[in-house]
Amino acid sequence: MTVHNLYLFDRNGVCLHYSEWHRKKQAGIPKEEEYKLMYGMLFSIRSFVSKMSPLDMKDGFLAFQTSRYKLHYYETPTGIKVVMNTDLGVGPIRDVLHHIYSALYVELVVKNPLCPLGQTVQSELFRSRLDSYVRSLPFFSARAG
Amino acid sequence: MAIFSVYVVNKAGGLIYQLDSYAPRAEAEKTFSYPLDLLLKLHDERVLVAFGQRDGIRVGHAVLAINGVDVNGKYTADGKEVLEYLGNPANYPVSIRFGRPRLTSNEKLMLASMFHSLFAIGSQLSPEQSSSGIEMLETDTFKLHCFQTLTGIKFVVLADPRQAGIDSLLRKIYEIYSDFALKNPFYSLEMPIRCELFDQNLKLALEVAEKAGTFGPGS
Repeated sequence: MTVHNLYLFDRNGVCLHYSEWHRKKQAGIPKEEEYKLMYGMLFSIRSFVSKMSPLDMKDGFLAFQTSRYKLHYYETPTGIKVVMNTDLGVGPIRDVLHHIYSALYVELVVKNPLCPLGQTVQSELFRSRLDSYVRSLPFFSARAG
Repeated sequence: MAIFSVYVVNKAGGLIYQLDSYAPRAEAEKTFSYPLDLLLKLHDERVLVAFGQRDGIRVGHAVLAINGVDVNGKYTADGKEVLEYLGNPANYPVSIRFGRPRLTSNEKLMLASMFHSLFAIGSQLSPEQSSSGIEMLETDTFKLHCFQTLTGIKFVVLADPRQAGIDSLLRKIYEIYSDFALKNPFYSLEMPIRCELFDQNLKLALEVAEKAGTFGPGS
């Protein structure tokens, strides 16, 4: 099991943070374009899912999987979106994504007066704590370093 | 547990078949006196609740019936305009049924082609080599399963999140498509499927899958 990469978006679609661990293939477009494409896809999936649903939804869209990877999605009521791509063996990880939001983003970015909101997070502490948290996850294997 | 609906999308993203097999009812009926304590708005030719969530009536729900008379779009079945009728104090007390708006065929067409592009983007953004598009999409109320054939046709099934055995159902639908649509001499490729045998066999397969899925192997 592996974690491929992680995106953090705010409500306006700005990519606040991006990091990758075991990513074998790049999208072949500049990073900025990739963030926009990813946000656009999630935005469309959200509206797609809310129209398709036969019942009223609570959490809405949770995850999708292809033949090679699984994308996990978590959105807070304020519109912050945490997106993690893992391999197919990983089960529901809502609590992990919630932890990234509540214990890392809120604690280290929102409560940090030196971090302006709505921009890419510059905080070195946030980066390193996030990195060590993801590396400590049970489904993060050291496969291929 | 249930299978909600089936979509067949051709390789250009056009919807060529759609079947609603089971729609769970989430409706609320209530009698109101004047003035109405909900804010209704016209949106996409439908009367939707814009404000005033209460008693199972939620924002985004549509007016489905007034005094037991069905509502189609912004008119009731007997030809009265909904907002005008509800604006007149003489018509009260009135009993209104609210529920999730049902998809129109135009919306289904649009959603099918939307999924076609999401499927392609899903494979482009893959962090791994040679990934397919979206095969399974999970929400708290339903799961969407998609199977794309080598010729590019996509079979999409919406089912309850706990329903098992959808993978084999998708292959079965492909088989039914090959047998009863493709082998029908009057069927032209990439065009909407209007074949009676296809309909019958698909419904049969859905019934079998719904029953088998409850205790069959996981999908």
